[in-house]
Amino acid sequence: MATALTILIDGLSYASWLFIVALGLTLVFGVLKILNIAHGSFYALGAYAAATFVGWFASMKFAPEWSLVAMLLAAVAVAVLVAPLTERGLMRFFYGRDEVLLVLVTYALFLVLEDVTKLLWGANPYYVSEPYAMFGNVEIGEQVYVGYDFMLMGLAVAVGLAVWWGLNRTRQGKIVLAVIHSEEVAASMGVNVSRVYMLAFGVGVFLAALGGAFTAPLISVQPGVSVGVIIVSFAVVIIGGLGSIEGAAIGALIVGLARSFAVHVMPQAELFSIYIVMALVLMVRPEGLFQRIQARKI
Amino acid sequence: MTPSSPPHAPRVASPTRGGLVSLAGVLLIVALVVAGAFMPKWLTFLLTMAASHGLVSLGIVLLMRGGVVSFGQGLVFAVGGYAAALAFNRLGFTDALGLAVAGGVAATVVAAPFAPLLSRYRGIFFAMLTLAMSMVAYGVLVKTSALGGSDGFNMGRPTLFGQALPDARAGHVLYGVTIAFAGVLALLARTYFDSTRGLVTQAVRENELRVEYLGGSVREAMSINFLLAAFAGGSGGALTVMSLGHIDPNFSYWTTSGEFVFVAILAGWQSVLAVFVASTLLEVVRSFSSLYFPNTWQLSLGVFLLLMIRFLPRGIGSLWVDRGAKGDRA
Repeated sequence: MATALTILIDGLSYASWLFIVALGLTLVFGVLKILNIAHGSFYALGAYAAATFVGWFASMKFAPEWSLVAMLLAAVAVAVLVAPLTERGLMRFFYGRDEVLLVLVTYALFLVLEDVTKLLWGANPYYVSEPYAMFGNVEIGEQVYVGYDFMLMGLAVAVGLAVWWGLNRTRQGKIVLAVIHSEEVAASMGVNVSRVYMLAFGVGVFLAALGGAFTAPLISVQPGVSVGVIIVSFAVVIIGGLGSIEGAAIGALIVGLARSFAVHVMPQAELFSIYIVMALVLMVRPEGLFQRIQARKI
Repeated sequence: MTPSSPPHAPRVASPTRGGLVSLAGVLLIVALVVAGAFMPKWLTFLLTMAASHGLVSLGIVLLMRGGVVSFGQGLVFAVGGYAAALAFNRLGFTDALGLAVAGGVAATVVAAPFAPLLSRYRGIFFAMLTLAMSMVAYGVLVKTSALGGSDGFNMGRPTLFGQALPDARAGHVLYGVTIAFAGVLALLARTYFDSTRGLVTQAVRENELRVEYLGGSVREAMSINFLLAAFAGGSGGALTVMSLGHIDPNFSYWTTSGEFVFVAILAGWQSVLAVFVASTLLEVVRSFSSLYFPNTWQLSLGVFLLLMIRFLPRGIGSLWVDRGAKGDRA
């Protein structure tokens, strides 16, 4: 019983940050039709920026509570600096090309960003420990759980609701939905499609960086974090159905729980439990759980 | 999305043209093998890697002609490599050519159960499923201590036709074997591309439904392509491990697969020769940038990729094949 609860809480905490990252990935795919490998690099940039910002705040003698603000600011900074640069400076030259070719473009961007992060932050690991201890511990029965994990779950719910609200209840969000549905019709109705692209890409980068910033306290921030994250978030959006928010949530939960189940019950399967689940889901639902049915052209 | 581009007339190979291409191919292989004797060691090694990796990308090009791209060819590459290294270490089977074939056969056998399943998937789903398969293999290999875990293991020097290879010439001989093997598979690939099934594959790329209405089996074509690609990739893995003398799970890692896809895209789907040119180009860029920019070679590789995709969208092959056929997807 205690193990079951531990698996559940570990899984939910893993699913939380994964959902935030995958949400960005799925949003960018929905609007720009790009499966962005560089999303993992944006996550890494967020984590590194968080390490730097939290360090600055600490050296300026801010109270530890401010480190949360520092992490948020780090994510905003990454989004503001990196999103326009990559979208306007690079991605827009490739719009409308073959899906797989676009994946390759983002792969190239991923390679570039790997080295750029190394040049900026060096190869040594960074640790962001302040925020982790801040939420104390939570005792449930015999077991002690880290408060930070629960904060992450709350953050994920908040982010999910905010994105849902932004898309479905605001004018700008409805315009984005229109572009997702049909770019051509939206454009002919006077929507500035390239602005929507920029917006969606910016939000996508922000979500990746936010996920990175808030997981920084859980991991050691070092070269290579981007690789693991991108493969896992791919699995999430594929399971959920590309471009679907509900799908990202369900996918993150499935992946999070599958992974924590493997970690606790069959540690040797940890590395590939996620892919097995993904393969199983695709066998039953070839387009993912929440994919709309698309008409075939004859 | 614009409606699908008008199908261009498939290039049907006339017997004389096919014969000329084969002849030119054979001459090129012979010339390369002979030239190898006069090349410095680093160059033969570079070309050996280019040819053996090129075989994997050749498999991807074969799949690309049917409109799908595998992001998990690292799987067959690793299976071929491990099979060859294990056959050498555990079974005492040492012939270089035999090992290359064994690697290809092993990869085909491993791929066989998945072929009918994967033939249902297209686009990004095919890519991601193959990626998942290769990453499962990676996970298993890392955890299998009998195969050396994440460190992998070493393999000795193969023999050729029962002859041991002397230290001084081993690199050159393996170069010759790799070039000849890759060259033969490349010629076979050309023949296959121009065969009926090869043309059906191309038709699948244009429009699957039409192929089905005309009585062709899309899934059969896709399954067979997947198996042929597995054979090419497996033998490529075997040839690679013979020259490297070492294998580890990174053979199946997704960044390895990514490079194979990159070479395939760089080459374009029209030309077989372009695959090996692209593969050589990648090896050259890789070795020179790791020599001159050791800390930023990924950056240089990335920039190179972007420039190629931007300015040669239909691949290197488009430089000399079908210059007039505009409107193809890259």
